[in-house]
Amino acid sequence: MSDVKNVIIIGSGPAGYTAAVYAARAQLDPVIFEGSVTAGGALMNTTEVENYPGFADGIMGPQLMEEMRKQAERFGAQLITDDVTSVDLTGDIKTVTDGSGNTHQARSVILAMGSGYRELGLENEKRLSGHGVSWCATCDGFFFREQEIAVVGGGDTAAEEATFLTRFASKVYLIHRRDELRASKVMAERVLNNEKIEPVWNSQVVDVLGEDRVSGIVIEDTITGDRRELPVTGLFIAIGHDPRSELLTGQIDTDDDGYVLVDAPSTRTNQTGVFACGDLVDHVYRQAITAAGTGCSAALDAERFLADQDG
Amino acid sequence: MGAPKIVSDASFADDVLMSDKPVIVDFWAEWCGPCKMIAPILEEIAAENEGIVIAKLNVDENPQTAASYGITSIPTMNVYSGGQVVKTIIGAKPKAALLADLAEYL
Repeated sequence: MSDVKNVIIIGSGPAGYTAAVYAARAQLDPVIFEGSVTAGGALMNTTEVENYPGFADGIMGPQLMEEMRKQAERFGAQLITDDVTSVDLTGDIKTVTDGSGNTHQARSVILAMGSGYRELGLENEKRLSGHGVSWCATCDGFFFREQEIAVVGGGDTAAEEATFLTRFASKVYLIHRRDELRASKVMAERVLNNEKIEPVWNSQVVDVLGEDRVSGIVIEDTITGDRRELPVTGLFIAIGHDPRSELLTGQIDTDDDGYVLVDAPSTRTNQTGVFACGDLVDHVYRQAITAAGTGCSAALDAERFLADQDG
Repeated sequence: MGAPKIVSDASFADDVLMSDKPVIVDFWAEWCGPCKMIAPILEEIAAENEGIVIAKLNVDENPQTAASYGITSIPTMNVYSGGQVVKTIIGAKPKAALLADLAEYL
């Protein structure tokens, strides 16, 4: 039994790291699985974060995550840079298997796996992924200097990516299936005032063209059904996210879209001793600060649960 | 084998194309988050495998090589053997997945 930990945290965005900070400070000796290539979470692919309180001049997303990671480490959280490949959350002792095949046990688990980007679902999208089709403007924008490219989506991510990409591209089409952006006012205004960005309203991408790399896209007007080609060399997809809850199927209750259901305002799931936080749960607010907030709640809920068990 | 080899536009022909062992070239940049995730994994693979050379090419400082191989996304890892690209891996992946992709060259 000496190997059974108090708490295992799965995921390393703002939710996971904040849970780790709180659990470590509560002397629960948490183990946190950061993911082998997704450590730091969604903010690792962003640039300036301007709305995280406490940083008056903004902070770079990757740097914010590095600071949270250090803070968790400072209080003794054990950080494991590996993926979780399966979980058994049903019993009193929970079992987590990592990407190296090792199993880990704990009395409680905090789920903070966040969400992954959504795909358009087009055949040529996969084939040309990495050859002009991209989900990461900060990674790939550099390669589209003085070229015409397209961003698809209408939320904050799409608006941010379109704005960022104007540093490199000569022109950015922003393709959205409605006639106005869902993005926050600040972001939307920045897009609409940018001379290099041309919004293409009421339109969706129906095909990606090109042999070895993207040479154009086909868009369809959602009202008239008319199709036309845009001769772009890059397509950046920012149409939203899906929760990373596949590992939990059959054990943890989710809604129809896969978001984990919790007994709000607590972070308790349907399994005793299992708590969930961050974008894995939240499809409404989806901010770094709200993820961090629920990460804190999850750690406090886990701490109370363990104390009640011991009491 | 040890640490990855740093290569540049100038040294690419000698260090990569003329190498007598297969070479995995990691096209990367400072500003790329996923590149930072993959770096330690490649270092481990370099340390654990004698038969292959792992090289890193900074695309900011060496745009010619990146452009001539049509790199549009990083990290991209190209495997070169006998001066030719024999495999292309795009995007950060867990170590196990990367090892599986590279199995025939290790």
